[in-house]
Amino acid sequence: MAHAVSNPAGAHGGHGDGHHEEHHDQESMKMFGFWLFLITDVILFGTLFATFVVLRLNTDGGPTGAELLEMNGIIISTFILLTSSFTSGIAVLEMNKGNKRGLILWLAITALLGASFIFLEVNEFIHLVHEGANIGTSAYWSAFFVLVGTHGLHVSVGLVWMIALMIQLGRRGISPVTKRKVSIVSLYWHFLDVVWIFVFTIVYLMGVM
Amino acid sequence: MLDKIKQFASEFFVTGDPLILGAQVSIGLSLVAILFVLTFFKKWRWLWTEWLTSVDHKKIGIMYIIASILMLFRGGVDALLMRVQLAAPQLEFLNPEHYNAIFTTHGVIMILFMAMPLMFGLFNIVVPLQIGARDVAFPFLNSLSFWMFFFGAMLFNVSFIIGGSPDAGWLAYPPLSELSGSPGLGQDFYIWGIQISGIGSLATGINFVVTILKMRAPGMKLMQMPMFVWSVLSSCITIMFAFPILTVTLFLLFIDRYLGAHFFTLDGGGNPMMYINLIWMWGHPEVYIVILPAFGIFSEVVSAFSKKKLFGYKSMVFALMSISFFSFFTWAHHFFTMGSGANVNAFFALTTMLIAIPTGVKVFNWLFTMYRGRLSFPTPMMWTIAFIPCFVIGGMTGVLLSVAPADFQFHNSYFLIAHFHQVLIGGVVFGYFAGLYYWWPKMFGFRLHEGLGKWAFWFWNIGFYVCFMPQYALGLMGMTRRFNAYDFDMGWQPLNVVSTVGAFLMGMAFIFQVWQIAHSIRFFKKEKDGDAWDGRTLEWSIPSPAPLYNFARLPQVTSQDEWWEEKQRIANGQPAKPLSKLEPIHMPKNSGIPFIMSLCWFVAGFGFVWDWLWMAIPGLIGVAICMLVRSFSYDTDYYIPVDEIERTEAALRGTK
Repeated sequence: MAHAVSNPAGAHGGHGDGHHEEHHDQESMKMFGFWLFLITDVILFGTLFATFVVLRLNTDGGPTGAELLEMNGIIISTFILLTSSFTSGIAVLEMNKGNKRGLILWLAITALLGASFIFLEVNEFIHLVHEGANIGTSAYWSAFFVLVGTHGLHVSVGLVWMIALMIQLGRRGISPVTKRKVSIVSLYWHFLDVVWIFVFTIVYLMGVM
Repeated sequence: MLDKIKQFASEFFVTGDPLILGAQVSIGLSLVAILFVLTFFKKWRWLWTEWLTSVDHKKIGIMYIIASILMLFRGGVDALLMRVQLAAPQLEFLNPEHYNAIFTTHGVIMILFMAMPLMFGLFNIVVPLQIGARDVAFPFLNSLSFWMFFFGAMLFNVSFIIGGSPDAGWLAYPPLSELSGSPGLGQDFYIWGIQISGIGSLATGINFVVTILKMRAPGMKLMQMPMFVWSVLSSCITIMFAFPILTVTLFLLFIDRYLGAHFFTLDGGGNPMMYINLIWMWGHPEVYIVILPAFGIFSEVVSAFSKKKLFGYKSMVFALMSISFFSFFTWAHHFFTMGSGANVNAFFALTTMLIAIPTGVKVFNWLFTMYRGRLSFPTPMMWTIAFIPCFVIGGMTGVLLSVAPADFQFHNSYFLIAHFHQVLIGGVVFGYFAGLYYWWPKMFGFRLHEGLGKWAFWFWNIGFYVCFMPQYALGLMGMTRRFNAYDFDMGWQPLNVVSTVGAFLMGMAFIFQVWQIAHSIRFFKKEKDGDAWDGRTLEWSIPSPAPLYNFARLPQVTSQDEWWEEKQRIANGQPAKPLSKLEPIHMPKNSGIPFIMSLCWFVAGFGFVWDWLWMAIPGLIGVAICMLVRSFSYDTDYYIPVDEIERTEAALRGTK
C-alpha cells in the first residue's frame, strides 16, 4: 500500500480516474442541490403570489392597478427578459462547444439585457410612487411592490453572480467547475423568466383586464 | 455627554426588573469568565481551527447539541417561572408584561432553538455514518447552516437583556405583532432571529436530501436504508416545502413594521388572517418536521434492543412519507374558530384525523418489533417504551381536538396546552433523548452512567404526567392559555399547584442529566470497539468517535441492517469481506467564511432591529462579500494520503 503513496501518479488506472469521477460526482451533486433550491424558491414565489391574489382587491379606496399600470413599458421589459433567457441559452451552447470568448460575450449580453430590465423596473416603481402608489398606500400596493420587487431582487442577484462568473471564466477558462457554475446560473436565469411570465400574467394582464 | 450615554444605555438595556438585572450580571460575568479561560489557556487558536471553522459533520453536530442543551436550559427556566406565577391565584411574581414575554420566548426557544438544533445535531452526527458516507453533500453549506442558526438564536436571545423581549406569542399573530400592537423592539428581534436561523434550516433540509439521495454507500438501495435515514429524508423534504413559507411570512411582517406596508394590518386593506394561515402552513408541517426524526430514532432503538429486524419496514416508510405529505393539508385546524365555514372545517378535521392513521401504524410496528424479541432495557430503550403510551394519549387528545365543533370548546384552553406538550415532550423530547443516549458513545467515545440516567428518566416521566395531566382538567374547567393570574373563586388552584410540582420534577430531571454527563466525563470509561450496543447499522462498524474521514474504505452494502448481517456471517464461520486497497480520501477544507458571514447577518439583523442603517447596510455588504469570496475560491478541498489513514486506523483500532 505504501508504494501507492510514494507514486501517486503511477496509479493511473486506479485513482487517477477516481479523482476525476469524484469531481464529476461533486459537480452533479451541486447541480441536483440547485434544482432542490429552485423548488424552495418556487414555494417562496408561490406564497407571494397567493398573498397577492388574496389582497388584489384590497385597495382601500385608493388607486387600483388598472388605473396606474402602464402596459407598454411592461411588454417591452417582458421581451427584454425573454430575450435574455434566449441569449443565456446561446451562452451555454457556446460553452458546450468550448468557445470561451463566445461564452463570455453571450453572458455579457444576457447581463446587459438583465440590467436594462432592472432599469425599466426601477423607473416603473419611481413612476408609480409619483402617481401616488407606494408600498404603504394599500394592501394591494404592498403586495404588488413586494412580489414584483422580490423578482427584481432575484434578477439583480443574478446580475452580480453573472459578472463574478465572467471574471472567473476569464481567469480560469472552461473547466468542470466553471461549467457547472454557468449551467447553474443559466438555470436560475430561466427560472426567473418563468416566474416573470406568471408575474406578467397575474399581476399585469389580469390587473388591467 | 454623560447624560447622553446614560440616556442611550437606559434605552439600549432592559432595566427595572430585578430578575433581568440578575441575568444581565450573570451573563456579563460568565462572558468575562469564558474570555478569561480561553485567553489564559491560550485556546483561541484551538477554538477557531478545531471548531468555529470546522466543516466536519460530527463536530457541527456536537456544536448543535451543545447549543440546544443551553437553549433547553433557558426555555426550561422560562417554563418554571411561568409555573411559579400560576401556582397561586393573583400572584405578583411576574408582572403581566413580563409574563407575556416569557411565554413567547419559551415557545420560540423550545421549538426553534431547542428541538430544531437538537434534531439537526443528530442528523449531522448520524446520517453520514449510517449511509456509509464521509461527510454530507455540501459541508461548507452545512457549517453555514449551523452558524446561521447560532447567530439567529443569539439575536433572539439577546433581546431579553438588550432592547426588550418579544411578547406577542410564539407565532406573533398580527395585529398584536404589528407596530400598532407591539411598538417595542422585541418583535423585530423575533423576526430577525427566526429569519436568520430559518434560512440555515432551509439549507440543512436541501443538504440532507442530496446527501441521502446521492451519497449512500455502494450497494445501499433506498429500501435498505436505516429507518432513521428515511425519517430524516421525510423531515427534510417537509423542511424544503415549509420553510420558504416562513421566510416569506416573516419578511412580510417585517415590511409591514419597517416600511408601513399593509399586509396584515387592520387598516389599509390588510388581512391579519392571511398571516395566521401562512404561519400555520409552515407551523403545522414544522411540528411534523421535528417529530418524524424521533419516529426514526425509536425505530432504530426498538430494533437494536429487541435484536430483531424492524417489523413492517415498508409500511414504516409509507407512513413516514404519507405523514410528510398530509402535514401540508391540516393547517387550518389551528383556527377552526376563524369562521371559514363548515365545509372548510370539515375538510381540515378529516385530514387531521387521517394523519393519525399512519402514526398508529407505526406504533403497531414498534410493538410487533418487540414481540418475541430478545429485549433489554438500557436508557435509550426506556425512553422508547415511555414514549409509546405517552404519545398514544397525546395523539388521542389530538384527535379530540380535531373534531371541529368540539374544538370551539377546547380552543386555546389548557386542554390544548396539555395536548401539544404531551406530543412534543412525550414524542419529540423523549425521542431525541433516546437518540442522544443511544448515539452518545458514538459521538464522544465514552459511555454515560446508566444509573443516573435512570434517575433522570423517572424524574422526567413522573414529572411530565404530574405536570400535564392536571392541565387537561384545567382546560375543561375553563382555564385559557396565556393567563398570568386567575381569581380565587375559579377553583383552579389545587390542580395548578400539582402542575407546578410536576414542572419542578422535570427541572430536577434536567439536573440529573447534567450530573450524569459531568459524572461520566469525570469517571471516563473509554468505548473500546465502537459497537456500544451490538448495533445493526453501519455507524457501529467504525471506531468511536469516528475518525475525520469516517470510513477508511467505503462499505459495500448488500442488505438492510448490513453491519448486523456481517456480524452474523462472521459468527457463522463465513469469511469476512476482503479488504479493498486503501485510497487517498477526498475531504473538504475548513473555512472561516460561514462563521464570518453569519456574524455579518447578525450585524445586519441587529441594525434592522434598531433601525440603524449605518449598521445594517455594512452587515449586508459583508454577507455579499463573503459569498463572492467563496465563489472565487477554488482551492476548497484536499486529499488525506494513504499512510495517514493507515496510521489513524491502527491507532484507533489498536491493531497492526
